[in-house]
Amino acid sequence: MTTNAADEETAEGRVYTVGGADWDEVVASAAEESERSGEEHIVVNMGPQHPSTHGVLRLILTLDGETVTELRPVIGYLHTGIEKNMEFRTWTQGVTFITRADYLMPLFNETAYCLAVERLLGIEDRIPDRAQVIRVLMMELNRISSHLTGIGPFGLELGATTVFLYGIREREKVLDLFELITGLRMNHAYIRPGGVIQDLPSGAIEKIREFLEIMPRQLSEIHKLFDSSPAFTARTKGIAYLDLTGCMALGVTGPMLRSTGLPWDLRKSKPYCGYETYEFDVVTNETCDAYGRYLLRMDEIDQSLRIIGQCLDRLSGRRPANDPVMIDDAKIGWPARLALGPDGLGPAPDHIAHIMGQSMEALIHHFKLVTEGFRVPAGQAYAAIESPRGELACHVVSDGGTRPYRVHVRDPSFCNLQSLPALAEGGMLADVISSVASIDPVIGGVDR
Amino acid sequence: MTESNQSGPPNDEEADGAQAPNPAEIAGRERLSEQVVRTGMFGVSGTPDTSGYGGLQVRRPPPLSSPRPYGGYFDDVADALSDSLEQAGLSFGDAIERVVADRGELTFHVRREHLPRVARQIRDDPALAFELFSGVSGVHYPLDEGRELHAVYHVVSITHNRRLRLEVSAPDSDPHIPSLVDVYPSADWHERETWDFFGIVFDGHPALTRIEMPDDWKGHPQRKDYPLGGIPVEYRGATIPPPDERRAYE
Repeated sequence: MTTNAADEETAEGRVYTVGGADWDEVVASAAEESERSGEEHIVVNMGPQHPSTHGVLRLILTLDGETVTELRPVIGYLHTGIEKNMEFRTWTQGVTFITRADYLMPLFNETAYCLAVERLLGIEDRIPDRAQVIRVLMMELNRISSHLTGIGPFGLELGATTVFLYGIREREKVLDLFELITGLRMNHAYIRPGGVIQDLPSGAIEKIREFLEIMPRQLSEIHKLFDSSPAFTARTKGIAYLDLTGCMALGVTGPMLRSTGLPWDLRKSKPYCGYETYEFDVVTNETCDAYGRYLLRMDEIDQSLRIIGQCLDRLSGRRPANDPVMIDDAKIGWPARLALGPDGLGPAPDHIAHIMGQSMEALIHHFKLVTEGFRVPAGQAYAAIESPRGELACHVVSDGGTRPYRVHVRDPSFCNLQSLPALAEGGMLADVISSVASIDPVIGGVDR
Repeated sequence: MTESNQSGPPNDEEADGAQAPNPAEIAGRERLSEQVVRTGMFGVSGTPDTSGYGGLQVRRPPPLSSPRPYGGYFDDVADALSDSLEQAGLSFGDAIERVVADRGELTFHVRREHLPRVARQIRDDPALAFELFSGVSGVHYPLDEGRELHAVYHVVSITHNRRLRLEVSAPDSDPHIPSLVDVYPSADWHERETWDFFGIVFDGHPALTRIEMPDDWKGHPQRKDYPLGGIPVEYRGATIPPPDERRAYE
């Protein structure tokens, strides 16, 4: 043994610390060991800090040679108690927590939560149209950034640095748009119960149009690098196979389910936020493998661009005089307004003048709504939306108070990651990487 | 201060017993028999009450139970389940405690011993076909005596494009609910999560271990009797307590 593969005897057997380029020695030593003990397998711990595990995912692999005979995913390294914390904040503050669950799709988390709260409040029909269009616009932009972050690092994990940089570069363009619209690149807390917090700033529609124009060319670059590259197809075609039966049994949704040929997309089957009024296709293919899921994500980006185009047409048309982005209900809608002054963004001067100089009642109202929040009638609601990774749902329980009694996020990464042993067992060790990447799990969402 | 001021519900006028009871009166009586969940206002206690709201008592809303018709496809689902359970030798009323159709969502409150049977029927009966299991969410109601722990299951039927919620309760003293892993393999991680956070033991689960918290963690963090935790924040000599110990406006 070299010093790299330092070994020690423990109760479980011999433990090796592999330092690289010493695999032969480990195998030889394990063979020697198996001859002595009569067992022929190696248990490899991968992660939680491993560059290809999409965050802090830990995999415990049992190998027979290069074949994975058993795989056990271990999660929980990024558990931050988001659900518990939300029970101690107001319904509005809850948005700032839930946006951080799956940090690659913050706007979806916010929407799922807000839809559930709106259902509890019974105000689903009273959300302004403009707010719904902005929600759809933001979600579809977010879908693009999320898929690009799925595809880019997929390339990196298989050794393709250029694709990674292309993916991340294009994603950055979406994040720039988010920064322009919400003020933040991630963790926006932009979508609130009752609508969205702010209208689009001036110039945003033009910027998004520019983005729509350049995106198809950028996407074709990724297609050129990946679609028929033998280095990519050899490691993705027929790899990480999961058919429809497997998906149903394991509760898998999203691109993984659609790669089995089932056109299940909540935007079509149970439309929300007015998705039934947009023209787009549910993309499917029947490969059931990692390659099909990559193609599917690329095609979904195209469909998202289509939807964004339709959103822009609706937003840039002639605007009626009264076209709010927050529900017209003084008991729910956030009272404060932001405005751009000479010294930057701050509270709107007319609102401040109103509450400080004209109306004591308005001041009390503002204070009560901001500190105490609104009450939500007792009951429970479950709102599901189609996130980039599948069915993202929020189960919200209220006891009639100003704070959520319980919020549970049905995170698609959590459910889909459960299928990893089914994808990878019986395959080669190297294909575990493709399998994880084709699920596209985000540990922030898995662990919450 | 608040408890002694109020002498309970105003005494009912028993004199006119011959008259049919007024529905509003029944509803009022039902409401007053529920537990008080909040007293006073502004979340302040111990300070002199000048607002007059200190004696306010807010009671828990009575548990919902919807009468027929439930509306939409809900009646079809209930009929199909009733037929299906009868074929399996179980009556609808035995297996299902209550049905709630609220806010466009259908909930069956299932008696826990019949949960696996009901789950198998809703999955396998072609008229129901809830083939996709969408997760378990635990809820802890410490005030709901004898039914403190709830496990809430959401299932989807892709065949019929329908959704359904099953709710099962268990007392804190006997936190056992049968596992659904046999019926829906995807319940595996969800049940581990609910065990981890709420301490509900899913009998028959192949390996009910912690999933989010460390293996050696004590307690079940999302129960209502488990404190939020957090550390006091010190800022220029002043200390701000953790969120659950701060003054709350509610």
